Amino acid sequence: MTTNILLCGVGGQGTLLASNLLAECAMEAGNDVKKSEIHGMAQRGGSVVSHVRFGEKIDSPVIRKGECDILLAFEQLEALRWSEFLRPNGLVICNAQNILPMSVSAGNAVYPKNILEKLGSLSIETISVDAIGKAKELGNQKCLNVVLLGVLARKLTNIDKDIWPKMIEKRVPAKFLELNKKAFESGWNLI
Amino acid sequence: MMQSGNRAFLSGNAAIARGAWEAGVRFASAYPGTPSTEILEYCGTYDEIDAQWSVNEKTAMETVIGACYAGARSLCAQKHVGLNVAADPFFTVSYTGVNAGLVIVSADDPGMHSSQNEQDNRFYARMAKMPLFEPSNSQEAKDMTVAAIKMSEEYDTPVMLRCTTRISHSEGIVELKERAQAPERQFERKMEKYCVLPHNARKLHVKVEERLEKLAKVGSDCEWNRIEDGDKKVGIISSGISYSYAREVFPDAAFLKLGFTNPLPTELIKKFAQMVETLIVIEENDPFIETEVRAMGIKCIGKDKIPVCGELNPDIIHASLAEFVTRKTPETIEKTKEEIPVRPPVLCPGCPHRGVFFVLRKLDCTVTGDIGCYSLGAFAPHNAMHTIVCMGASVTNALGIEKAMKEKIHGKLVAVLGESTFIHSGITGLIDTVYNKGRHVTMVLDNSITAMTGHQPNPANGKTLKGQDTKTLDLEAMAKACGVTNVHTVDPFDLKQVEATLKTALNDEEPSVIIARRPCFLLKNYKPEIKLVSINRDKCVKCGICWKLGCPAIEVSPEDGRTVINATLCVHCGLCAAVCRPGAITQEKGE
Repeated sequence: MTTNILLCGVGGQGTLLASNLLAECAMEAGNDVKKSEIHGMAQRGGSVVSHVRFGEKIDSPVIRKGECDILLAFEQLEALRWSEFLRPNGLVICNAQNILPMSVSAGNAVYPKNILEKLGSLSIETISVDAIGKAKELGNQKCLNVVLLGVLARKLTNIDKDIWPKMIEKRVPAKFLELNKKAFESGWNLI
Repeated sequence: MMQSGNRAFLSGNAAIARGAWEAGVRFASAYPGTPSTEILEYCGTYDEIDAQWSVNEKTAMETVIGACYAGARSLCAQKHVGLNVAADPFFTVSYTGVNAGLVIVSADDPGMHSSQNEQDNRFYARMAKMPLFEPSNSQEAKDMTVAAIKMSEEYDTPVMLRCTTRISHSEGIVELKERAQAPERQFERKMEKYCVLPHNARKLHVKVEERLEKLAKVGSDCEWNRIEDGDKKVGIISSGISYSYAREVFPDAAFLKLGFTNPLPTELIKKFAQMVETLIVIEENDPFIETEVRAMGIKCIGKDKIPVCGELNPDIIHASLAEFVTRKTPETIEKTKEEIPVRPPVLCPGCPHRGVFFVLRKLDCTVTGDIGCYSLGAFAPHNAMHTIVCMGASVTNALGIEKAMKEKIHGKLVAVLGESTFIHSGITGLIDTVYNKGRHVTMVLDNSITAMTGHQPNPANGKTLKGQDTKTLDLEAMAKACGVTNVHTVDPFDLKQVEATLKTALNDEEPSVIIARRPCFLLKNYKPEIKLVSINRDKCVKCGICWKLGCPAIEVSPEDGRTVINATLCVHCGLCAAVCRPGAITQEKGE
């Protein structure tokens, strides 16, 4: 059984750290793991996506259209953009946040309305969480990524819960450790 | 590096650096370039590797060649177009061979995620008659780097390792090993080997051909090229990342997996072709393997079905070879019909380049651009660039435009490049401009860092790759030494100063240089004086001048069409306050 997870968001939201953590937890749980992402051009403000695949043996580091099990979206428009990778009955976990692309803020394009409804009309399951609100409540927007990982972890039955804080400890600098552990717990309890 | 026991989760780039370390490499050099940059950054994390940023790919390769002649196992890395810059020493080091092992990494960019073309650098190896490895995952990236150093010493040849963006920036589990002890090698005077005078080069060329013949036999019997048993109805030859994709699409087919691809293992290819009913060659971009297979008189399917342009992925391979695929196409959900606005990268809030483009546009200048974050100045709403060709081309493109248009362009023409690019290959163009009586303005956007590739230090900021202090290049003195009399320095946040200086420079009868100096806003140690920006929306007349700044923090309200400042993105640089005519946006001293 291979699990395919796509993480998408806007440059600067911390998707890369989240995908690293996810991959490392999957590895710790005894899986073969591959991960792929594109970084280059000034990242800030651009659309970013990471593919994470784990299971017994993984060849390609990229997920095929129709084979993504869970889409972890850090932003609503990005959720819609990457939704076509989901398999029928796949799951999208979406942070309830809108970040306007330049084309929209300059008035040259329109940010789609009612994205959650639109996602709901596709044959997939949608969970919307106010992860950004939770991160602000914890006092630091930057832990948004770990809040979302907490939500994801709850849905992933093939990685034991106690692996997560262990890997967060390895990866996160000491002064942000408590914050991130709390962020993970509150994500876990969001759904 | 996240390590558990002797296994680690590494990107292709980190794996190459690890391989270099395990192989006993002592010296490494490169100029940053996506997707190759992190190779040298990771090399720099090992105490045993003296890793450095060179000022361009040519000086990097020449330095590495010197180090390997003098007995240090060495590595240089570059992106595909970087090898164009280093091509001169690259071809000749194939003739001289090595003393200690030398591996040359080329990271190609199919799909042009961050590049100006998608040239397939495997042809460089063939043209230079150099052995070539193509890893298809992180484990192989590490193992092949080790193998390349070994082969380099065994066959007295530099060895090329070619990866692509999806290898460099994908991660996988890698088994780690200890560092090998390299034997002591002395630098000896061998005029007939190291001095490529025609007399010597003629003999060296013969040696190169003999070496190639020996290497041709290696490929058919080595661990890197293997037949993987499977259903023989369809047999697939593939290499690099394409192999990993093809494996997903054809899980049951017979494969000839190639990792050592120059010279190609002809005997093995013949054997495989005879085993299978239909032979398919799957490779990204150009038919490097396929053309040779066809030249051997073997029928195969390849670029007649698989696209040459763009990056491959399992879906594209499946769709182009659908008639041979036994696996079902994955079922997909209905695609949303919604128009989804694109989200391209933009100049960051607080970027020092923004104001320069605003003024260039205002003065309606003809602008030759260059490679860096400021390439984004070509896009709307800046629309401030007329050409972008390659590193350093801004200065000499401008000179050429002057030669063609003469008086018609005088007073309008500006070349724009960053300080790192100026040092890379703009300086020679500036000397050319002065020497050949050009008059255009060259603007060096000095943001104190090589920003686009992720903040690498360069000679203008006084730090080395390893973080040591070093001499700082004086850009003003450099411009003067090139023969430019009119050298100005401006603060790109001071729009009035930028505009006034540009006007003066454009009207000069001699070439000018303007250095626009302000650090990249993302630099960790940069602490600008913060003055709070605020907007009185009642005063906004929707004139749209602030929108022309292309700042992500400036939004148009869908309700009333007036400007809104996004407080979470705004870094209070104050540019919008400086351009706001009705005085709706203001900036005042805050905490």
